[in-house]
Amino acid sequence: MPTEILMPALSPTMTEGKLAKWLVKEGDDVRAGDLIAEIETDKATMEVEAVDEGTVGKIFIAEGTEGVSVNSVIAVLVGEGEVVSSSSHAKQTKKANPPAEEISGAVQSKVIVSEPDGAEMNAEEASAYSSTVSMTVREALRDAMAEEMRSNSNVFLMGEEVAEYQGAYKVSQGLLEEFGARRVIDTPITEHGFAGIGVGAAMDGLRPIVEFMTFNFAMQAIDQIINSAAKTLYMSGGQMGCPIVFRGPNGAAARVAAQHSQCYASWYAHCPGLIVVAPYSAGDAKGLLKSAIRNPNPVIFLENEILYGQTFEVPTADDFTVPIGKAKVLRPGKDITITAFSLMCRDALAAAEILAAEGIDAEVIDLRTIRPLDTDAIVKSVKKTNRLVSVEEGWPYAGIGAELAATMMDKAFDWLDAPVKRVSGKDVPMPYAANLEKLALPQVEDIVSAAKSICYR
Amino acid sequence: MARAVSKRSSVGTTKAPAGKTRESKTALGTKLDPKMLQHFYREMLLIRRFEERAGQMYGMGLIGGFCHLYIGQEAVVVGMQSALDERDSVITGYRDHGHMLACGMESRGVMAELTGRRGGYSRGKGGSMHMFSREKRFFGGHGIVGGQVSLGGGLAFASKYRGDGGVALAYFGDGASNQGQVAETMNMAALWKLPLIFVIENNKYGMGTAVNRSSAGEGLFKRGEAYGIPGEKVDGMNVLTVAEKAKEIVAYAREKGPYVLEMETYRYRGHSMSDPAKYRSRDEVSKMREERDPIETLRELIIKRKIASADDLKAIDADVRAIVADAAEFAQESPEPDPSELYTDILIEA
Repeated sequence: MPTEILMPALSPTMTEGKLAKWLVKEGDDVRAGDLIAEIETDKATMEVEAVDEGTVGKIFIAEGTEGVSVNSVIAVLVGEGEVVSSSSHAKQTKKANPPAEEISGAVQSKVIVSEPDGAEMNAEEASAYSSTVSMTVREALRDAMAEEMRSNSNVFLMGEEVAEYQGAYKVSQGLLEEFGARRVIDTPITEHGFAGIGVGAAMDGLRPIVEFMTFNFAMQAIDQIINSAAKTLYMSGGQMGCPIVFRGPNGAAARVAAQHSQCYASWYAHCPGLIVVAPYSAGDAKGLLKSAIRNPNPVIFLENEILYGQTFEVPTADDFTVPIGKAKVLRPGKDITITAFSLMCRDALAAAEILAAEGIDAEVIDLRTIRPLDTDAIVKSVKKTNRLVSVEEGWPYAGIGAELAATMMDKAFDWLDAPVKRVSGKDVPMPYAANLEKLALPQVEDIVSAAKSICYR
Repeated sequence: MARAVSKRSSVGTTKAPAGKTRESKTALGTKLDPKMLQHFYREMLLIRRFEERAGQMYGMGLIGGFCHLYIGQEAVVVGMQSALDERDSVITGYRDHGHMLACGMESRGVMAELTGRRGGYSRGKGGSMHMFSREKRFFGGHGIVGGQVSLGGGLAFASKYRGDGGVALAYFGDGASNQGQVAETMNMAALWKLPLIFVIENNKYGMGTAVNRSSAGEGLFKRGEAYGIPGEKVDGMNVLTVAEKAKEIVAYAREKGPYVLEMETYRYRGHSMSDPAKYRSRDEVSKMREERDPIETLRELIIKRKIASADDLKAIDADVRAIVADAAEFAQESPEPDPSELYTDILIEA
């Protein structure tokens, strides 16, 4: 019986990859453990081993092919005396198991690639978009760091795997080569310690960028972030500033369960003395990271693993930056305001399209900065739409949505025609099973139904 | 040779005099410099009198919150600081008043911070455990046990990054030495050869827990061994021993990298003002005071070697008392911070 070799998933968020190179050819005998191919993901090039033995009967995907879906049949092994019947491999892709509809929303995400038309920004920012180039969020973040490191010799990057490995998520790719080991520093796995070293260096005038492999691990370091970075300016009567950026992926990736899937926006936003930024698009990722590095205060810069590989238009202007503390209207509308940040902007925009088809014109606002919140922009929108849905991936209790609801009570009570509605992650640790994970995360349909419920439709 | 006396000291001279009069030798064989000895005496006495007054003012309700006195440990910081120059940086935990005075910060500003007044180093917003002076390169004053050690690693990192030749001193206690981030910092300091001196002030008790009940191993000075960081134990009750060792190790750290110094010292008072200190006997404390007090030891040496007369020392005593009295008065007269200060210094305007 021939054995099918399938395109493997090589990371939790991988949905497709490039078959870079075959290391075997048709007719070769292979044994379990032999290297058979090289597969390139957006993060790395990996070698793939055979798990069965036999003769390579047929190669279906030529080397160099991009966008090969996970679980496609890429080759087939045959046993002694077996032949490959061409008809049995007419279909080159095999249905994913479990079925696609049961995979988490995160994994299905490969849709949004550009800012929708009509995004509202301040004039300066908008004019920057007259000349753009397509790039991924990952590349935009790297470029932001590289540009700031070129212009300020006190800026350096430290973290786990940032240098020789080129970044656990490849965000720091090429930086070691350009800036050398003095400024691109691999740390041991020791978050509390290197966060403290970063903060101490910042107090003495350097401009560290501290990368956490994910923000889940920053809990090891949260004492230094809050007790030292956030509070020392105040405790020193204004003497001891701390210009530092803590950055890394935040929130759920895909199928990595409770300890690796958590949104920290509300945790850090709770603390005076911190700035909290969570960009969605590549342009904002670049412009806001540059602003964060230049900012004289500690900035928590929350990225998203699923967004790293997404492509957006990014202004080409040399010194393009995005101001901290300013929200952006991603989609203007008049019937209801939907706020979101980071990956949830994607779902909010998708929900707005569905709502539009049903005659509800939603305005989608990307908060971009969580603290200080652009309250004016939200209030302005709510005064127009009289309704607000807040979307976030984090937990509901004391979350960003709770803050927005309270803020609207304070600042826009008389303009509200309905209660503020929260769409959030469920109040549970993140489960591993695909169906449960999907239930735990906010879905487009949750946003749609929340919006309809307060439009009384 | 490094300077004998810290340039940053408020009262010290910058250079040992070249003259040979009345020079004597320490146990380690180096020459005693009369000016330096009197400087040490004065610095230690200033800390002692300052702390006594702080304790008194705490009892009067003029100082609030936690207040951790340095009485008994004066030789450690005075000896260590004597080996530093203006490139070097200093950071410590919450028992920090002595360190600030030894770094040359003004008694008035420190005491007024203790009383939570406008004239304090943090304008009343930091208190006993949180004071800083960028000018003196004193980076606090930190209230989370052990937190200052990795921050100190950052100060050493910054000096190395800039190539300015500075050394960082991270002071911490026997209690803090068991914090994970101390080990984490030792590892990175060794990997990156940071000019960092881990100064462990082993005063025998982490709050109420004796060091032998909290710390495994045969000595805190060996805590860097696993990372290849050399360490040694120093008599922290003898300022001359500390100063000599400081000179040697600061030079080492400047050139070669991290070092651990375990200072054997003792605090006479409780962990904080609210500690009844039932975990040790009155005899233990009085024996230490009588036999090993750093100030008395130095006073006897100065008199015995005729480095200065009893009258000379009395003049220093009077001078120090006047400084402390002035600081106490200033700290009570300085107004409370303006209510508008509540909302300042949270973020720097970008």
